[in-house]
Amino acid sequence: MNDQLVIGSHKFTSRLILGSGKFSLELTRAVVEHGEVQMVTLALRRANVGGQENILDYIPAGVTLLPNTSGARTAAEAVRIARLAREIGCGDFIKLEIIRDAKYLLPDNYETVKATEILAKEGFIVMPYMYPDLNVARALAAAGAASVMPLGAPIGSNKGLCTKEFIRILVEEIDLPIIVDAGIGRPSQACEAMEMGVAAVMCNTAIATAGDVAKMARAFKLAVEAGRAAYLSGLGRVLDGRAEASSPLTGFLEE
Amino acid sequence: MKERDNHMAYADGMEAIESAVLEKVGALLAGYDYRRYTGDDVKRALRQERLAVEDYGAILSPAAADFLEEMAAKATAETRKHFGNAVQLFTPLYIANYCENECVYCGFNCRNRIHRGKLSPAEIEEELKAIAASGLREILLLTGESRRQSGVEYIGEAVKLAAKYFATVSIEIYPLNTDEYAYLHACGADYVCVYQETYDPDKYEQVHRRGPKRVFPYRFYAQERALRGGMRGVAFGALLGLGDFRKDAFAVGLHAFFLQQKYPPAEISFSVPRLRPYINNAANNANDVHERQLLQVMLAFRLLMPFAGITISTRERAGFRDHVIGMAATKISAGVCVGVGGHKAAEKGDEQFEIADPRSVAEVHRMILSRGLQPVYTDYVRV
Repeated sequence: MNDQLVIGSHKFTSRLILGSGKFSLELTRAVVEHGEVQMVTLALRRANVGGQENILDYIPAGVTLLPNTSGARTAAEAVRIARLAREIGCGDFIKLEIIRDAKYLLPDNYETVKATEILAKEGFIVMPYMYPDLNVARALAAAGAASVMPLGAPIGSNKGLCTKEFIRILVEEIDLPIIVDAGIGRPSQACEAMEMGVAAVMCNTAIATAGDVAKMARAFKLAVEAGRAAYLSGLGRVLDGRAEASSPLTGFLEE
Repeated sequence: MKERDNHMAYADGMEAIESAVLEKVGALLAGYDYRRYTGDDVKRALRQERLAVEDYGAILSPAAADFLEEMAAKATAETRKHFGNAVQLFTPLYIANYCENECVYCGFNCRNRIHRGKLSPAEIEEELKAIAASGLREILLLTGESRRQSGVEYIGEAVKLAAKYFATVSIEIYPLNTDEYAYLHACGADYVCVYQETYDPDKYEQVHRRGPKRVFPYRFYAQERALRGGMRGVAFGALLGLGDFRKDAFAVGLHAFFLQQKYPPAEISFSVPRLRPYINNAANNANDVHERQLLQVMLAFRLLMPFAGITISTRERAGFRDHVIGMAATKISAGVCVGVGGHKAAEKGDEQFEIADPRSVAEVHRMILSRGLQPVYTDYVRV
């Protein structure tokens, strides 16, 4: 139980973060329970406070809310949405999403760094969605981000870890939790991400559009746990696929 | 008889912007012969992850009629990937039906003898309150096309009122210049719907006999001016059945595609209106666009632009609407009146057309849930 995910000053035992934008809201509770999820994102633009089908009414108590800034196209818009989220009682976490591309929904890294700097100074726990670029990840860390959330593939594409090598670089170089945020389409891909040492994965479409969403949530939970256990077991050498030579190449040094 | 004005020439006061989108769409449309596609072309198109123009042409062709089921399956998968279970709800509010245009297919035609009217600001607010009480948070404000009777400032005041009650305010009014769109955006409007009706300039000339709407390129570039004016999203459509619907649907898709490419942040959506009967013209109908063809068009839009919104209006019957949400459509209207006002007080003016699905917001809400989908009332936060 000592293996905890630490984001800011908050600790989590679950490493599966649930996106909620594509769900049937009445299923949220079942998914949270079966996936043993402790953190759920919510798009502030879907918060219909006092109105019908308000997403905030469907997230079970005890789960940490991770409001996101989806819909923001600039740093300024994202900052305003984040402040609004805090005002309506969503807490200090903010998943920063700044997207200026309606087609692929790819994040604007430049605006994201700018907004991170502003929001971190205002005491938000900033979790920025980003395209996996090492220089940008360093800038985000310097700006006060609490984690870095690179995309595995375009949102909703279910294509898995298309950006694997670049995420691996972030895992090696950035001293913050690296959380894969988009593109994870199946449990095996979540497991693969966890095996390489990312701190958590976020999942939405793959669970929301499953035939049995509760069962799929459990499948993701197990996959994430398996991948994490594999990473902690240090099986990286085996995964490399290189056999160890029976006559070491440096054996001559002892001759 | 007086010779009609040149429909390709801008009139005084109409802003002409530098853009090549019309030429691009026009050139591809001129070369589009849907009769030359075969079943193999359709199969090849359906194997692609992203459609090329040729693929799009194929799935709109008569040859694709045999592949409607395959198209529906692929479209459903795309819709679910991009929108999950979400289906947005909204309703239109007509605030005026005065019109200066003579469009031969429309109930608001200035020569059609109907009751004309426009709502006062107080009446607009009453209507808005009544609609908001149904739970809706998104509204589409509409007028007939009359700058004299429903000027930009009048519409601006209506938008300001609507922004008090609704998270999203869209407008479907006559085309404006960029600075006018910027003004309405500042008032609180974020989305603009303009339908070209037909992309065939000759047909366009025949059916728009008089009035500012006669100017084909000014209407074509309305969405681009709206985006330049700061609007977040724009909607496209043709009045299917007015001209050759396959060609018109082909042009609608390309119009939207090229504009999105030019303005990547723009949110794009499609509407798929068909001709409907109206007062004094019960025979007005989209004869060759039956539900199969309409569905084919919707599926083609979905496959061309998987991320775009598609709206299904109450022009269509409930049974059709219920089945296309989650498959292609992502937005559905409910509790609809297409006369002027009518949500709170009696209508002040006659309807633009007859609707086919009179269900209330609560009824449509229940229908969405019963299909395993999620009614979404707000999907936008104005900051």
